[in-house]
Amino acid sequence: MQVAQNWRLNQQRYRLMGEECPNCSVKIFPPRDVCPACMAPAKELFALTGVGEVFSYTTVYHPPAGYEFNAPYVVALIKLDEGPVLTAQLTDVEPEDVSIGMPVEAVTRKLRSDGDEGMIVYGYKFRPIM
Amino acid sequence: MTHTAIIGIGQTNVSEAWDTSLRHLAWYAIEAALDDAKLSQREIDAVYVGNMLAGRGSNQRHLGALIADFSGMRGTEAIVVESAEASGAAALRQAIFAVSSGQIDTALVVGVEKASDTTGNDFEAALATSLDVEYEQAHGLTTAAQAALLMQRYMHEYGVELGAFAKFSENAHANGAKNPLAMYRNVLKPGRFEIAPTVAPPVSLFDAAPAGDGGACVIVTRTDRAMEMAAEPILIRASATATDTLALHDRRDMLWLQAAALSSQAAFAQAGLAHADIDLFELHDGYTILAAMSLEAAGFAERGAGTTWDGTMPLSSFGGLKARGNPLGATGVYQAVEAARQLRGQAADCQIENVRTVMTQNLGGLAATAITHVFSLV
Ligand SMILES: [Zn+2]
Repeated sequence: MQVAQNWRLNQQRYRLMGEECPNCSVKIFPPRDVCPACMAPAKELFALTGVGEVFSYTTVYHPPAGYEFNAPYVVALIKLDEGPVLTAQLTDVEPEDVSIGMPVEAVTRKLRSDGDEGMIVYGYKFRPIM
Repeated sequence: MTHTAIIGIGQTNVSEAWDTSLRHLAWYAIEAALDDAKLSQREIDAVYVGNMLAGRGSNQRHLGALIADFSGMRGTEAIVVESAEASGAAALRQAIFAVSSGQIDTALVVGVEKASDTTGNDFEAALATSLDVEYEQAHGLTTAAQAALLMQRYMHEYGVELGAFAKFSENAHANGAKNPLAMYRNVLKPGRFEIAPTVAPPVSLFDAAPAGDGGACVIVTRTDRAMEMAAEPILIRASATATDTLALHDRRDMLWLQAAALSSQAAFAQAGLAHADIDLFELHDGYTILAAMSLEAAGFAERGAGTTWDGTMPLSSFGGLKARGNPLGATGVYQAVEAARQLRGQAADCQIENVRTVMTQNLGGLAATAITHVFSLV
């Protein structure tokens, strides 16, 4: 398990730290330092609120190694209120209750577990807004 | 025109080849292609290997030197090309460059995959390395789940029912049933697609192409040499590639395979051909949603209307990825071999009548890499 590869993403995983384009004001997540809308340099940090809606979704029945512990799980594309779309698991909801357009909010949960001796990775998941 | 041509082809069947190693699969395909071209290993100037998984799945990288040595070409220039499931066509394209430049007279392209060296959760993790590690893999996304996210959104926005995608799998299986080298030779009965065991809904077992082991090989040289060396050289009329984001969420227009569109347009322009000139489209049907959206991107269907395909344009003539089997990084070379067999009239029970020009399209991921080739007889 790559420790530094995960550690350096702490700001994104725990705070949804993205960027704002100084040229056209587009909000960017995941951060990429170049605005995908106008191609201007965009390194100004901008924390997203973590509120949005389900854009698409599926349920993973055959998980990759490290993700067996909570399979089957729902993975969704979330369209955040500020504009960006991201990929995340849904939590606190049954697969059959998920629908496109459902309002959701970010929470911090365990993403990955490599067994008793291995590393545990935490990060954002999304749950329905009651 | 690329001024290059194929003068030899070879392939193995696609299967779960528990008793056959990666290097053997490559060699069987190479041996068949050398036989077909009536060439010896000494006449090969460079080897281009297309492979996706071996570094992770078989703990073996450095396939260029390994396969050159194992196949009786110790000392020959060799390199491996990786672009996920598009690795095969990417290797072919490197061979075309090398031959076109005049640096290499005769190039050998071998696509080889040994999917069954890992299984279960480890296989899913290996396959998922083609997704964005920080923002997709980290969240437990799999390749099938990524396709499912795309398909679900497509069905939602265009109001297309699941059953509308069945025709792609039914066509692939109908053709695969006639191909002795196919992994699955069963026909898919009407109504079965919609009730298949789920993988990642709406993607099911009868929707996702099954990964398999296999090797395929083509030998490429300049057209002028090909005319002297082969009775029926296959002209490579066009070779074009384009890229897109690995992650679906990074695409501004998610329901459009931009790389597939760009590479198709470039291929048509290069070949100087129109859609009506294409007699067979060997598209990348790793998932039915990719079949539908590839037809749209290549301009064979209107946007959102890929599932209205009526069979007029033949697809997946040897079973496609769905029934012939999905040999991942070898797929693009299988497509080239199949195009050549159709053009030579050597497709046996899979033969399409009056095939003069074939377009093949090999996708990596959800068309994060798209590589289009056009082949014809002289
Ligand atoms: Zn901007």
